[in-house]
Amino acid sequence: MSNTKASENTQLVGLQDRAERNVWLFAFLTFLTVSVAGLVEIVPLFYLDSALPAKNIPGVVWDRGDKSMDDWKEGDGVRPLKPLELAGRDIYQREGCYLCHSQMIRPFRDEKERYGHYSLASESMYDHPFQWGSKRTGPDIARLGGKYSDEWHIAHLIAPRSVVPESVMPNYPWFMEDTVDGEEIKAHMRALRIVGVPYTDADIESAAAITGKTEMDAMVAYLQVLGTMIKFQEGVEYRE
Amino acid sequence: MEEAAAEQKYNFDVVRWFAVMTAVYLVAGALVGVYIASELAWPVLNFDSPYLSFGRLRPLHTNAVIFAYAGCILMATAFYTVQRTCGVRLWSDKMAWFTFIGWNLIILSAVITLPLGITQSKEYAELEWPIDLAIAVVWLSFMFNFMMTIATRKTSHIYVSNWFFMGMMIMITILHVVNSAAIPVGAFKSYSAYSGVQDAMIQWWWGHNAVGFYLTAGFLGIMYYFVPKQANRPVFSYRLSVIHFWALMFGYVWLGAHHLQYTALPDWTGSLGAAVSIAMVIPSWGGAVNGMMTLSGAWDKLRNDYVLRFLIMSLAFYAMSTFEGPIMSIKTVNALSHYTDWTIGHVHSGALGWVAMVGIGALYHMMPKIFHTPMYSQALINMHFWTATIGTVIYVVAMWVSGIMQGLMWRAYDDYGTLAYTFAESVEAMHPYYAMRAIGGGIFLLGAVIMLFNIIMTVLKAKNAGLVKAAKTAAVAA
Repeated sequence: MSNTKASENTQLVGLQDRAERNVWLFAFLTFLTVSVAGLVEIVPLFYLDSALPAKNIPGVVWDRGDKSMDDWKEGDGVRPLKPLELAGRDIYQREGCYLCHSQMIRPFRDEKERYGHYSLASESMYDHPFQWGSKRTGPDIARLGGKYSDEWHIAHLIAPRSVVPESVMPNYPWFMEDTVDGEEIKAHMRALRIVGVPYTDADIESAAAITGKTEMDAMVAYLQVLGTMIKFQEGVEYRE
Repeated sequence: MEEAAAEQKYNFDVVRWFAVMTAVYLVAGALVGVYIASELAWPVLNFDSPYLSFGRLRPLHTNAVIFAYAGCILMATAFYTVQRTCGVRLWSDKMAWFTFIGWNLIILSAVITLPLGITQSKEYAELEWPIDLAIAVVWLSFMFNFMMTIATRKTSHIYVSNWFFMGMMIMITILHVVNSAAIPVGAFKSYSAYSGVQDAMIQWWWGHNAVGFYLTAGFLGIMYYFVPKQANRPVFSYRLSVIHFWALMFGYVWLGAHHLQYTALPDWTGSLGAAVSIAMVIPSWGGAVNGMMTLSGAWDKLRNDYVLRFLIMSLAFYAMSTFEGPIMSIKTVNALSHYTDWTIGHVHSGALGWVAMVGIGALYHMMPKIFHTPMYSQALINMHFWTATIGTVIYVVAMWVSGIMQGLMWRAYDDYGTLAYTFAESVEAMHPYYAMRAIGGGIFLLGAVIMLFNIIMTVLKAKNAGLVKAAKTAAVAA
């Protein structure tokens, strides 16, 4: 630790010694050191094509043109959520569903058979924030849409153990009573438009119609659209 | 006399408050943890109430242990260590009180908003944007005061602990600002500025470095001061601590990507994260060895120094977790472990075994020095040591078994080439382990309650005897 030892050694040791005497130099060197990884790992994801490798494959992202949201049909490609679905997603976030359910299927045989085709980055391109999750206390729900009837979902959300006896999911009976507010969803859609979700004025106006629907309607609408946007083709490589 | 001199020279008031709140928040955070663990074993405990449902209380648990418990012990020890190692009083007493009051108000706001479902829904960064802004301001006040205290120090070189504290403060500032960027809709809702794959990478860059910097670098700052102090020996190797520091600062930041292997994140990013993760074994073990070898020639002290036991046990868990983490980042292992309880077990061997125990050891070391009286009961410290250790081991073992079992059940095939188990069957198989986890957590919580009692009794003893006041007014020889 002595200065004599430091002067005998390389420049690097000299730098260490200087930094240990100057708090601002120490802080600056630390700042540089911790910045490298973020620049290498994160920044390229915003411009490299490999971040969204499938986005140019026909049928992955909905080619909207000047069509209305109602013209979209299942399998036409990824589109922004409709107002009622977005209201459902807000509830999904509020209740912390993402803590027990992932929305990210990995490219393994067992996951394909259990959940369906592996997830694409393009499928969450409008998801602010992402809902991939990190834990499967319950199953993955990236492709839940269309697997069960609306009636099943309602019974399951009110009392999960009435349809799946082994389940440890909480009951959500308040979804039946609480309602959603179209004006609020309009504001949410406008905020999402600022961060890049391509909602048109007409899309936003259409949110007025959902006022009075229950939270259950919204949740079921959201769960039923999950994973249904892309019609996957046999033999197409969606990932490198 | 020496204590009176320290009392008058340094600001111990703010350290005392942070220290006591640490014990309170450890009990609160662990209590919520045991409750939600019980909900997974016995879902009836959700009571059909939105405010008690698992999805809303789990963020309350993580925020309570990270921001409340860990935050308070980091601030208590950082303010204590920086004064003692720099030989000067805190640069600003007023700013230190601002940090204390601000931080506790943030914790209070978390306790109110999270059960109400007000959340950004990014793990460990759930608090909504107005609270995020408050966190940034209070955190910067903490950092600025800390660095200005170093700038006005009486010693020539900056002590190792302060490097680690500073590294934490700088990186957490960057992470918090970048990860929390969002567009607000009113006061209680916002949407992340990023989406999908970019948001996932930024979130786990934050998520893993909340672990790497807040819960590792910061707590290594604690380790580098309190282990040598409690053992009354110098740090084993200065050179090792230099390597430990810079390797940790450079390396840890890359690791977040290993949370996203086999997802829609580009393959190169996950592989890069995994490669650096494996390399991180070296500096991590260097640091653990540096701490443990500080005891070389004085191992007999473990026989009757219960505080030292906490510190050394914490290093053993640190070494174990920093070995386990790189193993789990290997792609083939991760394919099995990801999405399972193994991750939860890994986190808790770090959180209970390392973060909690090293913080508890530091707290027991500081208490007599800031309240000018020995701890109320040494026997209770020993009892706390054993409850904390046994509770942690039960918890971690339960999660290892359940995690690996889940991973194997999900991928098991029968003789006809079809999946052997439904998902619901895997949930059912977890029940005994979830119950065991709740019991392990309960034992750990019992230890935390014992500590809180011991600390309250110590504070009362000091207060009734007027010891703090006496130290403040004692005549000090020049």
